[in-house]
Amino acid sequence: MTAGLIAFWILAVMAVGSAVGVVLRRNPIHSALFLVVHLATLAAFFLKMRAEFLATAQVIVYAGAIAVLFVFAIMVLIPGREESGPDRLRAQRLLAVPVAGLLFVLLAVMLRSTLFSGAAAPAAVPGGVDAIGRALFTDYLFPFEVTSVLLLVALVGVMALAKRRTA
Amino acid sequence: MVPAAYYVGLSAVLFVIGALGVLVRRNPLIIFMSIEIMLNAANLAFVAFGQRHGSIDGQALVFFVLCVAAAEVAVGLAIIVAIFRLRRRLSVDELSLMRG
Repeated sequence: MTAGLIAFWILAVMAVGSAVGVVLRRNPIHSALFLVVHLATLAAFFLKMRAEFLATAQVIVYAGAIAVLFVFAIMVLIPGREESGPDRLRAQRLLAVPVAGLLFVLLAVMLRSTLFSGAAAPAAVPGGVDAIGRALFTDYLFPFEVTSVLLLVALVGVMALAKRRTA
Repeated sequence: MVPAAYYVGLSAVLFVIGALGVLVRRNPLIIFMSIEIMLNAANLAFVAFGQRHGSIDGQALVFFVLCVAAAEVAVGLAIIVAIFRLRRRLSVDELSLMRG
């Protein structure tokens, strides 16, 4: 077993464990902290796959911005009493587990058919700022510009939604 | 060098965990975090497939997913805060106003 494979399994256990932690913890703050761990392990996976730019962007955007936003929202919303009380949809929730299992089987069948056909892997592509910037500003120029409009719309929309009505 | 199949399999597992979180939890914040897990699982698959085919396109797509996720979280959390101001409670089961 090579060092790369050992690192993969350690990171995989961390990623799955923290994802399960997000889903299972009752306190939303604990879930948010598990989410940070999960996002960090994904950044490590990106580094392992030589996607250096994405690893950096993952840490800045997810661990920096999105996780802080989640923690702020939890602080504003006073956690702790939202999942108490009788569960009216308990039967549906129990049904969710076999449904998720079915989804996994479907995904596994679909991915098997795509992965084990075709030629072996070519040499890894470098994923530094150079390569990804070249792709973004040539082949993906129009989507890139649309993304800037999307972010502007989100910014204005959030301000409109979060504003206190003074009337 | 870890084979791409391992990464894609891991991303399938993470996606299913996220889907399960969306289905079983009642707190909209945790549902949002589960959606983030699903988005990240898709990102992992994108990068793994991009590496397998020797192409940068997978990484470019992940960049766009990151942008959309940031916008989605900002708008979604604003909506949750607005709902909480209106109802003083936070459970997706009670938000059945639009039920036919």
